[in-house]
Amino acid sequence: MSGKTIRVKYLARVEGEGALLVKIQGKNVTDVKLNIFEPPRFFEAFLRGRKFSEAPDITARICGICPVAYQMSACHAMEDALGVKVEGTLRELRRLLYCGEWIESHTLHVYMLHAPDFLGYEDSIRMAADHRDVVERALRLKKTGNDIVNLLGGREIHPVNVRVGGFYKIPRKQDFLALAEKLKWARDAALETVRWVAKLPFPDFERDYEFVALRHPDEYPFNEGRIVSNKGLDISVREYDQHFTEEHVAHSNALHSSHNQRGAYFVGPLARYSLNFERLSPVAQQAAKDAGLGAVCRNPFQSIIVRSVEILYACDEALRIIDRFEMPEKPSAEVPVRVGTGYSCTEAPRGILYHRYRLDAQGLILDAQIVPPTSQNQKTIEDDLRDFIPARVALPTDELQRQCEQAVRNYDPCISCATHFLKLQFDRQ
Amino acid sequence: MTSISSALRIIGIGNDFRGDDGVGVFVARQLRGQLPPGVSVLEETGEGGALLEAWKGAASVILIDAVRSGADPGTFYRLDVLAERLPSEFFPQSSHAFGVAEAVELARALNQLPPRLVLYGIEGDSFAAGVGLSPTVAQSAAKVAAELLAEVRCGTQERAHS
Repeated sequence: MSGKTIRVKYLARVEGEGALLVKIQGKNVTDVKLNIFEPPRFFEAFLRGRKFSEAPDITARICGICPVAYQMSACHAMEDALGVKVEGTLRELRRLLYCGEWIESHTLHVYMLHAPDFLGYEDSIRMAADHRDVVERALRLKKTGNDIVNLLGGREIHPVNVRVGGFYKIPRKQDFLALAEKLKWARDAALETVRWVAKLPFPDFERDYEFVALRHPDEYPFNEGRIVSNKGLDISVREYDQHFTEEHVAHSNALHSSHNQRGAYFVGPLARYSLNFERLSPVAQQAAKDAGLGAVCRNPFQSIIVRSVEILYACDEALRIIDRFEMPEKPSAEVPVRVGTGYSCTEAPRGILYHRYRLDAQGLILDAQIVPPTSQNQKTIEDDLRDFIPARVALPTDELQRQCEQAVRNYDPCISCATHFLKLQFDRQ
Repeated sequence: MTSISSALRIIGIGNDFRGDDGVGVFVARQLRGQLPPGVSVLEETGEGGALLEAWKGAASVILIDAVRSGADPGTFYRLDVLAERLPSEFFPQSSHAFGVAEAVELARALNQLPPRLVLYGIEGDSFAAGVGLSPTVAQSAAKVAAELLAEVRCGTQERAHS
């Protein structure tokens, strides 16, 4: 049989490094292989023998886009191991820091990476030529997220003010109030964002996913909650390893994560939203309804709307936290050292980020396990493409490629935490 | 003098847990403490949005970053970014989706480039997860630091005397 192999250039605008191979025979997709390299393996080894207190700073270096998520998961896991509970204002400030990261990360993805797909631009630079005001709004909105991370994290890239137990230093009340003024503009801009993305053209594509996210009794989840799904999963974070397995697959350097009984699952904004809609603030719920979303969204292309709703929620939640801020007595809880194993899961912008550490009596790390969101979504991305391509197989290869890239970008697959880049290759026979 | 040199910002870019990707940050750290008063040194991961903020307000900016064009490891380049576009083959493997090249070109499209923008690009060898530079890249980093220091001192003096 005469085979045709089409090599295509790197898939830009996806963070990381990796490759995607799609094999098509006639009208059938015979193979989809996503191969993503994974730095967490290096970091797990690098952490062994280091002090528990170093984990937040070291793991923050795994990803340039979501350092706060790594810090938060590391802190919570260490606190679980050491029997520390962070409450009150310190707990609230952690949520505020996470709001900053969601605003930054989601705004970058919505405007700079994903919107150009829907509007037919090769990239955001070409989009900026026609939509200058939109891009300028995006940059200012993203900067508001940076400002939160800067103020509270101490440094916007790889924040250094976070520690196990809390923070090194708490900013002054007047600094928070200055931030609130920027956030009021940002909340309006986020609402505009939801309205803007709601008008984009969406492919008719839905699948019956198993959504997995944190759920907290009364909060939209950032740092805490049980791990739940729409297929009956409801477990504590400590039970994660009993229900999910990371496995080596022949074609990938990375570990792929799957549910022990049901296989592929879906983490990230769509899962969070669909499992926690009623915990969004009223303004975010209303914006979602006005954008045409129901309480559950199964179209991954509409993740751009859900991300925008989460930006709006993060601005609203940040303002709520600042409004109630009272200077805590201490910037950090006491952290006694003891032997233990700690588990945590927090909601990184791209979905649940699981950390587990075992500590000795001196607080040195005996071993570490880190499961980033992108490795949990890999099977689902592959399955999406298997379903997505058949109806579009007659398209010219360059158009099919473009649409497949867009389908992969639905997941905002993280680059430094799971991939550097995606090299997309079609093999048509 | 201070007011002139404070208009210069040097930004080292990269991730020092990704082998030679960290060379820009390495050079920036080498320069600290050796520069004329007021010249600021920043470290960035290369996330484009943050980079646009990092150079805002500066009259003159020097970026230092690892590149991967296929040339021999350690090869380095000095580019006047205002005069020429960044070669697209420089950053085929940025660890960021919206990276240095995108930030520069977006700023160009929005007329937000600094009045002077120079990139020192150093060809990396290994970008795998790990710490430390390859020997050839480390040698080039020292040369780039020396060249850059000379450029900064010379430029500061020229402007002070003009």
